[in-house]
Amino acid sequence: MTAQAGATHPTSHDHAHDDADYLRATRGFRSWAMTLDHKRIGIMYLVAVLTAFLAGGIFALIVRTELLWPGRTIVDPDTYNKAFTLHGAIMVFLFIIPSIPAALGNFFLPLMLGAKDVAFPRLNLASFYIYVFGAIFALFSIVTSAVDTGWTFYTPYSTQTGTAVIAMTLGAFILGFSSILTGVNFIATVHKLRAPGLHWKRLPLFVWSIYATSVIQVLATPVLAITLLLLIMERALTLGIFDPRLGGDPVLFQHFFWFYSHPAVYIMILPGMAVVSELIATFSRRKIFGYMFVAMSSVALALLAFLVWAHHMFVAGMSEYAVMVFSGLTFLVAIPSAVKVFNWVATLYKGSVSFESPMLYGLAFIVLFTVGGLTGLPLATIVTDVHLHDTYYVVAHFHYVMVGGTVFGFIGGLHYWWPKMTGKLYNERLAQIAFALVFTGFNVTFFTQFLLGSHGMPRRYYDYLDQYQPLHGFSSFGSYILGVGFVIMLWMFVQSLMRGAKSPPNPWGSAAFEWQTSSPPIAHNFHETPIVTRGPYDYHLATEEELYTGFPEDRVERVTAKTEKEEG
Amino acid sequence: MATPTTESAAAHDEHAHGSHGPKWLQHHFDMPVQQFEAAKLGMWAFLAQEILFFSGLFVAYAVIRQQYPEAFAAGSHQLDKIMGGINTIVLLFSSLTAALSVRSAQLGKKNEVNLYLGITILCAFGFLIIKYFEYSTKIEHGLLPGQYWHPHMEHGHALFPAHTHVFFGVYFMLTGLHGLHVAIGIGILAWIMWRNNRGEFSKDYWTPVDLAALYWHLVDLIWIYLFPLLYLI
Ligand code: HEM
Ligand SMILES: [Cu+2]
Repeated sequence: MTAQAGATHPTSHDHAHDDADYLRATRGFRSWAMTLDHKRIGIMYLVAVLTAFLAGGIFALIVRTELLWPGRTIVDPDTYNKAFTLHGAIMVFLFIIPSIPAALGNFFLPLMLGAKDVAFPRLNLASFYIYVFGAIFALFSIVTSAVDTGWTFYTPYSTQTGTAVIAMTLGAFILGFSSILTGVNFIATVHKLRAPGLHWKRLPLFVWSIYATSVIQVLATPVLAITLLLLIMERALTLGIFDPRLGGDPVLFQHFFWFYSHPAVYIMILPGMAVVSELIATFSRRKIFGYMFVAMSSVALALLAFLVWAHHMFVAGMSEYAVMVFSGLTFLVAIPSAVKVFNWVATLYKGSVSFESPMLYGLAFIVLFTVGGLTGLPLATIVTDVHLHDTYYVVAHFHYVMVGGTVFGFIGGLHYWWPKMTGKLYNERLAQIAFALVFTGFNVTFFTQFLLGSHGMPRRYYDYLDQYQPLHGFSSFGSYILGVGFVIMLWMFVQSLMRGAKSPPNPWGSAAFEWQTSSPPIAHNFHETPIVTRGPYDYHLATEEELYTGFPEDRVERVTAKTEKEEG
Repeated sequence: MATPTTESAAAHDEHAHGSHGPKWLQHHFDMPVQQFEAAKLGMWAFLAQEILFFSGLFVAYAVIRQQYPEAFAAGSHQLDKIMGGINTIVLLFSSLTAALSVRSAQLGKKNEVNLYLGITILCAFGFLIIKYFEYSTKIEHGLLPGQYWHPHMEHGHALFPAHTHVFFGVYFMLTGLHGLHVAIGIGILAWIMWRNNRGEFSKDYWTPVDLAALYWHLVDLIWIYLFPLLYLI
């Protein structure tokens, strides 16, 4: 085992282009727009999904501001309906589903596999442009008449409303294509492009989870595609499959929709778990406890995800036996989820934990995901679901999972890998301030909504009884704190880009593979296909050089002290 | 993870510009077999996706048929079994020629590849032409989904059961989507033929021919389910 090549590579030979990092290897707009480099494509996705996040966030703030007081506050009911629909649709289809897999996954999957690229680089670029194309459709729907159906597009309303349902669903259909192609690409990459010695039991947990995610993407997304296509045709040709006026069955639409959209929540959460496994290992400097269990629980979740879709439909008119079966199956999901949480906690216990900003998000993930998961149990229980269905309780539950889980995982990963992607360090103090605001704001916003919902406040309502005002006000107040937190974070990253200090190759002293190349990585990732001789978390097998290459002074001291304490 | 620290300039040179392998071997693969297997796996994953795409329609078919059995029987009787049957044979035959084109490619017989691909493409056009005639009869007779449903039968047939138009909704979706796949298949096969003409394939490299044929087999396979479900019930 030796140190990685990038940092210590001899400068004697002449073709420098081979050594240039991927950001500087070639220049100009075209070299980015036409790039086949998975790292650049990952960065382009990153910019795209962050833009979507900003747009979705603005719609969220419109919704929250409208709900500050009963009656009209800033917008009329129509606009309100459009705002929450756009918020949901943008967040789900444009932001959260591509966020970790397409942005971070594209960048890091090949690096973690010791590969030069994904299996199909051209397809990868195509996926990105398909994503952009889908986003244009969504944008087109916004500038025409927007959509007021909610992101679920339930029939029969969606076949009748005069808004731009076709443009938006066509957009989602196209985005689905992008998601499928990324999934296909990653599956082939994980199977066929692993470096010699990197057998399945040595795969980073990030890779395991992204792999499981890809399987869901490939198997579930086409069902959404056909559902949306049928909806489009229903509007255009009046097929009569979903429209009850023509003899169709609107509940069938819900089955189809949730057959995708339930697995889709695992497309969202598995990548979040992927990031968190890496964070926990790196910042407690320890092998993940029960590595194989954690890996297999990702696969188990991927499979279970397909069996529980109808828990969204307990009150939609299914037979009571179906309701019972789906309720029972839903509880099974708790098992692999709990396996993950327990194993992370067991890793932390006895680890030498350090609390840098990525780790803070990782720990917050565990807390918030646990809250989100546990509050799911009353929704899986039939009697309580009848009371809670379509109230703010549900809104709180899924925000705890999707935002507390996935978004925190994504942001944690962004902090963690930022030095690797950009070659720059960021201001840790600002990062921690932003974290404090985001964490507080998030809990104020959404914990309040558990209370609102259990008191009976239905979701998606424009107006409400006076008695709900204090809680609504509190929740909106929280959303402003959250917003401020995100703005500070954005400022911090921009600052880092403009005048951040140069990052060493391995600023966290991680034993994981992707840190063994230079920061930012060279265009070809590795000078030669690496040979892997240990697992990604085998700190005891990693050499000093691997862990400490180019450490900034204070971190070297801290980590050394910690290791000594551990050994002594 | 060991990345060599002190690779020699010469070795590096070789990697960067030297004999990496045949020119169809993309730079991120180490060996031809790796590239082939990756491509094949990717294609299979894509085809799995295609099957699930159609499966949504098959489920819709099952649900609606169970709700309106008479309507389905009545609608099905309006379909032309002869034309559907001929189309089945056309597609089966084209699947054979697609498979033969792969075999010829493996043997490095460029002209034969062209021949077989050409026949496959002709069959695909044949299929679409027959479909066109079927569709125009349906349209003439007003056998259409939803609000376009205005059946007017020359021989004064008995009225259709309620909701027969839903059968035609399902029929047009299934066959329309399948027809679209046939059309896309024509494009793919023509592109492969063009590349074959440019001499891109050889005994050692025929992966794209193989993948295109796989796609074509899937299109055939789906039709093999559609034909009995729609025409023969
Ligand atoms: C910035 C903080 C956020 C705030 C203040 C916020 C607020 C809201 C509000 C008030 C609603 C409407 C509730 C309803 O439909 O009944 C909503 C719905 C929703 N939000 Fe958020 N949200 C935030 C972030 C996110 C994020 C990051 C995601 C996804 C990653 C997300 C996904 C959704 C979805 C899917 C819906 C459902 C929309 C619908 O029912 O049609 N939200 N959110
Ligand atoms: Cu669900």
